[in-house]
Amino acid sequence: MDQKELREQEARCIQENAPGCTAGCPVHVDVRGIVNAVRKGDWAAGAAVFAKTVPFPGIIARICDQPCRQGCKRGEIGDPVAVSALELACVAGSDKPAPRVAALPAKDRRVAVAGAGLSGLTAALELARKGYRVVVFEAGDRPGGSILGIPASRLPRQAIEDDLAIFGQLPVEFRFGAAVGGPGMSLGALAESFDAVFVGVGSAEALCGLGAERGADGNAAIEPATLATGHPKIFAGGSLRRNRDSRSPVASIADGRIAAVSIDRLLQGASLSAGREKEGPYATSLYTNIAGIEPRAAVAAANPAAGYSAEEARLEAERCLLCECRECVKACEYLAHYGSYPRRYVREVYNNLSIVMGIHHANKMINTCALCGQCAALCPNSLDMGEVCLEARRLMVERGKMPPSVHDFALRDMAFSTGEAFALSRHQPGYSSSRFVFFPGCQQAASSPQPVRKMYEFLCGRLEGGVGLMLGCCGAPANWAGREELFRETLLATEKNWEDLGRPTVITACPTCYSMFHHNLPGVPVETLWTLLDRTGLPEGPAGLQAQKLAVHDSCTTRHEASLHRCVRNILSRLGHGAEELPHTRETTVCCGYGGLMLFADREVARKVVARRIGESPTDYLTYCAMCRDNFASQGKRAVYLLDLLFAAGGDDPAARPAPGYSDRRENRARLKRALRRDLWGETVTEPESGVELIIPADVRSVLEDRMILDGDVAQVIVHAETTGDKFEDTASGRFLACHRPSAVTYWVEYSPADGGFLVHNAYSHRIEILY
Amino acid sequence: MDEQKLVCVKCRIPLAPGDVTLTYMGSNFPVKLPKCPRCGLVYIPEALATGKMQQVEAALEDK
Repeated sequence: MDQKELREQEARCIQENAPGCTAGCPVHVDVRGIVNAVRKGDWAAGAAVFAKTVPFPGIIARICDQPCRQGCKRGEIGDPVAVSALELACVAGSDKPAPRVAALPAKDRRVAVAGAGLSGLTAALELARKGYRVVVFEAGDRPGGSILGIPASRLPRQAIEDDLAIFGQLPVEFRFGAAVGGPGMSLGALAESFDAVFVGVGSAEALCGLGAERGADGNAAIEPATLATGHPKIFAGGSLRRNRDSRSPVASIADGRIAAVSIDRLLQGASLSAGREKEGPYATSLYTNIAGIEPRAAVAAANPAAGYSAEEARLEAERCLLCECRECVKACEYLAHYGSYPRRYVREVYNNLSIVMGIHHANKMINTCALCGQCAALCPNSLDMGEVCLEARRLMVERGKMPPSVHDFALRDMAFSTGEAFALSRHQPGYSSSRFVFFPGCQQAASSPQPVRKMYEFLCGRLEGGVGLMLGCCGAPANWAGREELFRETLLATEKNWEDLGRPTVITACPTCYSMFHHNLPGVPVETLWTLLDRTGLPEGPAGLQAQKLAVHDSCTTRHEASLHRCVRNILSRLGHGAEELPHTRETTVCCGYGGLMLFADREVARKVVARRIGESPTDYLTYCAMCRDNFASQGKRAVYLLDLLFAAGGDDPAARPAPGYSDRRENRARLKRALRRDLWGETVTEPESGVELIIPADVRSVLEDRMILDGDVAQVIVHAETTGDKFEDTASGRFLACHRPSAVTYWVEYSPADGGFLVHNAYSHRIEILY
Repeated sequence: MDEQKLVCVKCRIPLAPGDVTLTYMGSNFPVKLPKCPRCGLVYIPEALATGKMQQVEAALEDK
């Protein structure tokens, strides 16, 4: 990932974009900040937030035309938030004295401002703060311009005086009764005697009367982004840019500020136009989901003339939705776990990849993502954290920076599936060609070997032209681990077997296998078992389970396969059962906690993912991936695997089946292969040598599962200890303790001989090596 | 397991703290661990393996 890609990915997350109110405000008042202050009753803080972008808060809070309300999401389901009333509550409730103005050191450049209305006063204030010497020319006898025409009942004169008192602290000279355009004071003359001029004289006619150039429409030509006119030293803005009926006090303030920035840039010799796109109002690209938000009427002030009471303001502030996106974070336990959102996460991933020396703090985050694509399905801009994390994993592997322990267990399990013990590829017994080949997938066979066998036998009878069988692994664990080379090798091996079988159509039971083949082996025709069964008919068996409703958990690797989703529900209905839809279903479904090998990177997060999913409905779940089912079952959720359901008889309870442990998952695969070879192909199959007889009590079994120690690992330690004599004895209990390091992990086993075998008391492991 | 009660089965003698070098991902650490004073067989207690050693492994892997 280079800087450019990082920026592109970051830009797709719009969580940090301004809410509609702030974006729509010409000076971008932080409305959420004000709302938060009001909720806390911290008026001074609210007033400070307001004053940060609004120079005359007492005036604007009373007369603002509130363009912010156009962008208010509350407005889409009722009354928009009464923003001005909240601002006024802050200004009125804050008893802090007006802040002292810190002006920059005085400069020797002089700026003339024509007109002491809101735009002129704002320009004068901003330029004086920057250290310019400002002279304001006003035709009337006091500052204020058109606001002086507002009734005092709405805008008390004291409020104007209070806000304008700020000029007492700044080197601004006011010349009243001095109309620009009058004798000896032409615009041209001002431009000659000052370094720059801002014209805010209230009407376009007046500006043209001063000799400004006219545009094609006959009005004075003013560049909207910079307020530049045809004269390089003259800028113009305020009400003169607007029709009489669309005048806006806050837009005038914005104009004064934009002109001040332009004049400052002019006098500093900087570009007038660079990077000014978001100075005025704009439409935000922040997405905020308002589904399920109850409309609530705006709070009416009991005494409208006095504005909101403290309690009224607080109630109104409660209506604000504090707009933000977080669509993905709300739905994904993994994204929520780190307390932030993808824009930040993408940056963390990038930084993690850039570290040369030091700790890679984001390794765990990168490796814990399920790569399931739910975030992309929910994101308004399809930002896919899975894509970012997978790319990062590949780079980590490439650079030798992938922590070796993370994926070791899963990759060894994959090697088991692609190895002698499980892998198999052949035509249907009695056939020399295959029109189809059934690829059940390693974990389906690991979890549910009997139904896998029954399904194969059913397909052989149902489909014409020969149904071959391929046992193995699609390579998903290597893909998820960022092990591109291993993944490609695995795919190529599958492709080679497929070619040797005469290029049959591949039927996968596992959604992940389907997804891996579909996206990575474009020449291989592939279909899921479930769409095939829906098309060709279900096995007829004994009377199945009593009709029940099952909540369908869609597999994340096939979230975009709408026909698969439909077929699964059809099958359920043909079996006489009802389908319940979970809150996140079909294309927005959630990972079961296994995807991306998250379970191996951070078990705590994986457990949270499972816990959240299984808490979504009390109904028994239906999955069409055995791994999903086992993850739910491992945390006590009743869940049925569709393949089990197809072959379930009346008294069965496939939802209660415990999830097999890691050792059983291997044994199930090996046994299935042996049974099929023996029973279907009539081969002589030698059962493996019984080796060491292990007795593993239930509590020790759960320790082994937790520590991902296989029975085979335990047996190897004991065989090693018993043959070499390298072991310790606890003289109090008579138990032995020994260790063995077959490859990258040292296993320790505490055991004692019992009944011709060995009773296992405990086991643990470490990767650090003892050099002696 | 009680370390005081452990004996090396081959040598039939109790363990004593001794110098051991542990290594992971190119880093070596000299440590004192219980071992057989005669044949040198090292004992790693469960608490050490699942505690400190695991932390060190994780820290080195993230370096």
